[in-house]
Amino acid sequence: MEEGVALPEPLDKVIRVKLSGVELPLQLLSLVKIMGRGAEALLYYARFLGYPAVLKWRPPKTYRHPRFDSYVRRERTLTEARAIYRARKLGIRAPALFFVDPDNAIIVMEYVEGMLYRDLIPRTEIDESCRIARVIGTYAAMLHQEGIAHGDLTTSNVLVKGDGDVYLIDFGLAVTSADDEDKGIDVHIFLRSLESAHYHLYEKLFDCFIKGYASIVGSSGAERVIAKVREIRLRGRYVEERRARKR
Amino acid sequence: MVIVLGIESTAHTFGVGVVASDREPFILADERIKYTPPTGGIHPREAARYMAERAHEVVRRALRSSGITLSEVDAIAVALGPGLGPCLRVGATIARALAAYFSKPLVPVNHAVAHVEIGLKLTGARDPVIVYLSGGNTLIAAFLGGRYRVFGETLDIALGNLLDVFARETGLGPPYVVKGVHVVDACAEEGKEILDLPYVVRGQDVAFSGLLTAALKLVKRGARLPDVCLSLREMAYDAVIEVATRCLLHTNRREVMVVGGVAASKYLRRKFEEMAKLYGARLYVVPPEYAVDNGVMIAWTGALAYSAGVTVPIEDAVIRQRWRIDEVDIPWRRA
Repeated sequence: MEEGVALPEPLDKVIRVKLSGVELPLQLLSLVKIMGRGAEALLYYARFLGYPAVLKWRPPKTYRHPRFDSYVRRERTLTEARAIYRARKLGIRAPALFFVDPDNAIIVMEYVEGMLYRDLIPRTEIDESCRIARVIGTYAAMLHQEGIAHGDLTTSNVLVKGDGDVYLIDFGLAVTSADDEDKGIDVHIFLRSLESAHYHLYEKLFDCFIKGYASIVGSSGAERVIAKVREIRLRGRYVEERRARKR
Repeated sequence: MVIVLGIESTAHTFGVGVVASDREPFILADERIKYTPPTGGIHPREAARYMAERAHEVVRRALRSSGITLSEVDAIAVALGPGLGPCLRVGATIARALAAYFSKPLVPVNHAVAHVEIGLKLTGARDPVIVYLSGGNTLIAAFLGGRYRVFGETLDIALGNLLDVFARETGLGPPYVVKGVHVVDACAEEGKEILDLPYVVRGQDVAFSGLLTAALKLVKRGARLPDVCLSLREMAYDAVIEVATRCLLHTNRREVMVVGGVAASKYLRRKFEEMAKLYGARLYVVPPEYAVDNGVMIAWTGALAYSAGVTVPIEDAVIRQRWRIDEVDIPWRRA
């Protein structure tokens, strides 16, 4: 193992058993280093049959009820794998799947070298940020046309490669039978991730996003989703008041 | 040092607090009364009538226990929103009258900001991910660029509302909280099975109305009530914790602070402790006495705002039922 790290014990067992059945895990997969930690998963930089890869493992959450925990981890893993597959079929850039093990909540996928859009925005020109927002808009519209919602479309879930290619990542919350509501929420989430982390640029970048969105579904389609976002944003915020109005 | 008298009347509690800044103990008075409906939920007009009839008594009690007179008060603070219109109007009317009659500056306070500020003051958290959970609010926020920015919130009903309505529909309450424990929490202790209920996290938002409907349907179909309580609670609490975790990582914070009426749940606290441990963050929970609505938090936030020059002319001090936390500039904190 090159510059290897020790596998967390449960993961080590899983990979030995699942991938090889015999004690030959290193030729198939080796973990090189921990890359990062998301809200629900650990990411390892790895080599899979010699290719640079990312191993995404959703470890058990101690605060959850054990039965519910294994259910959620399994479902999210499957959802993510399915959504990545379908997105790639549409021509959207997303890391290719190498290996999926729902029982142990593991996905091994292509390693994409790039920078998170969130981190890129403050470091690049507004025109470049706008171009990327536009691409994200086209991706969102393409997914939505096929009845898929990303489910967590934030600036932290977009990866930009050195050559400018834009990748969507982290499909764990995707909805594969999305209705207008799910699509509206996708756009709402993207808008708010701009608002909360890049508040000085959000109007401009959201405009770029919508232009990309409209290039796929037309301006009427874009207007429909914007109307939905507006409705979502007005909803539910102050339930007490809504209840007061009803009586 | 400034002395501020603060009035809270956004929902069922009418509270008057008096605080002195730069002094310990900073709380000079804390008087409250709470409207409890005989049956069902809060009727805003009934709650407002209850408050209007007793408000003068509460103000008098607060002044008496603080040992100061109104002439020694530097400013009057009042929660102008968000909340129930009729109730807000009671507090606003009294605050405007006091300010006009005694020629005191009037300081507008956002109720949600007040929950956050009293939490920061009492827990010592510095720059946390804020989790505000109450009967009418469920939101995750963090301070950024001069405001408390909302990172996630409920897309429909609030967590406290979910628990209370479920309790009411199944006959577990009211009262909803017995000896500091919510009746749904208590009922869940007897639960064994996790039943199939919708777990909804959408990006950084949660949604509870589907969960409520599905849980009530299960009860109607004869599922064991404690199992439904357990499943409902697990889904609801876990969804909030998941969103808070996302916010923690997205904003690179090292602290989590839980405020609002639902913060008192020991079970929720245990879950948050596990989460904090998992992510190397420190957990702060506002003491139960100040987790619920009170006048002290309005007075304290009023003192911060007044010291930063925030006041409102009496004729402009109108209530705002839907006043969002992220609409309020926070000039007393450095961005």
